[in-house]
Amino acid sequence: MRKKFQNITSKLWAAAALGLILILWQAVSMAGLVPNYMLPSPVEVLQAFVSEFPLLMENSRVTLTEAALGLLCGVLVGFVMAVLMDRFDRLYKAFYPLIVVTQTVPTVAIAPLLVLWFGYEMLPKVILIVIVTFFPVTVGLLDGFKSADKDMLNLMRSMGASEFQIFRCIKLPGSMGQFFASLRISASYSVVGAVISEWLGGFNGLGVYMTRVKKAFAFDKMFAVIFLISVISLLLMKLVDLLQKKCMPWENKK
Amino acid sequence: MAELKVEQVSKSFDGVPVLENISLQLHEKELVALLGVSGGGKTTLFNVISGLLLPDEGKVFLDGEEITGKPGKVSYMLQKDLLLPYRTIEDNVALPLLIKGEKKKAAREKIQPFFQEFGLEGTQKQYPAQLSGGMRQRAALLRTYMFSQKIALLDEPFSALDTLTKSAMHKWYLKVMEQIHLSTIFITHDIDEAILLADRIYLLTGKPGKITEEILITEPKPRREDFNLTENFLEYKRQIMEKIGEVQETGR
Repeated sequence: MRKKFQNITSKLWAAAALGLILILWQAVSMAGLVPNYMLPSPVEVLQAFVSEFPLLMENSRVTLTEAALGLLCGVLVGFVMAVLMDRFDRLYKAFYPLIVVTQTVPTVAIAPLLVLWFGYEMLPKVILIVIVTFFPVTVGLLDGFKSADKDMLNLMRSMGASEFQIFRCIKLPGSMGQFFASLRISASYSVVGAVISEWLGGFNGLGVYMTRVKKAFAFDKMFAVIFLISVISLLLMKLVDLLQKKCMPWENKK
Repeated sequence: MAELKVEQVSKSFDGVPVLENISLQLHEKELVALLGVSGGGKTTLFNVISGLLLPDEGKVFLDGEEITGKPGKVSYMLQKDLLLPYRTIEDNVALPLLIKGEKKKAAREKIQPFFQEFGLEGTQKQYPAQLSGGMRQRAALLRTYMFSQKIALLDEPFSALDTLTKSAMHKWYLKVMEQIHLSTIFITHDIDEAILLADRIYLLTGKPGKITEEILITEPKPRREDFNLTENFLEYKRQIMEKIGEVQETGR
């Protein structure tokens, strides 16, 4: 009961800070300190959000589909890579440096190439998201697999367990914590990745919508879509948290 | 006849000898203590017996059959309880059966009767983090027992517990051992514990570790509650301490 109360008060502080910033922002806009076309007031942003709601939702649907597909494939690719690299040390030595290199290439630089190769449809976007989301999963899982308790492995071997049994009973469940931490990062990357790839070529989606309103200098709509993207990322991360609670019931019982 | 036999086992790591010419045996339903200082090669010996480690020389036999370097023949409980935090106690205990290829449901049913025997009734659906140290140790012992009902190697099974819990666990352990047929070797560095529980004590001393003495504890079982306060007990203790002292004086 007390904990719940503390939880609410801690959230109250964050809400108060946010409220304060919004009020300040509104005041600055109303006082005319910044030209209205450069920084619309929060109320205007809200109005834009309401009036553009159907369009925003339609575009969100496209972006979210890309993000979800990309994330799913990215997680799968990341998982398979981690398992293979954990099992075969030579694969690890051969490919780990390469994988790190893929992450040093800026997304904005490869997105146009992907568009050139795979067209303006869904495919290049999904590929881009896979490239940005698989990495945290691979690294997190590998770390988890490798940090399995040596004594636990010995115990399993003393019972005559096979490598697969050791993987299934020890390594995999033991790295769930790291997996979900990585998934949380990947989930937010997937939305950002989708938007960036839409910027650089596409017919619809929040990224396309964004370039369109930018060209029209409709900054109120711009802000509305920025907030929407943040909210979507937050919701996705929350979803990952819920999934984690569901998948790791032992964590809740400590 | 001895069930488990270790014959002239030697082992060294990177040229440093750890075990030298170790021979010992374990008879049916016997409780044998391997007493020695920490870092004296006791765990290495267990790793050899359990088949995790190949000795440089020597052999291990189970019922006359050689099992040197073959894991999966005897139960082995390591120093930590090593219960998997993400499995309920029930599924932790069932682990050895699952590894042997039994179905989850059948394994769960098979282990149920033992929960009462081991004083773990009601913990089946709990997670290890919800249990006290003593209870976790019981669960780990039950899991060890589920692997093989014949021979168990216990590496300092009670050393991580506080003194009061430890003494309660000793009583519990002796009681459980009355009911089940298990031949056990356990490692300890606690002289009192060795005398209290064991039928026979091997003294493992020196570097490299050698078995320098074998002491028979003839006190009948079940042992009286205050055995550790009797003159008999103290006599054993005096004898063991003298032996250890001798070894240390002669400079190994």
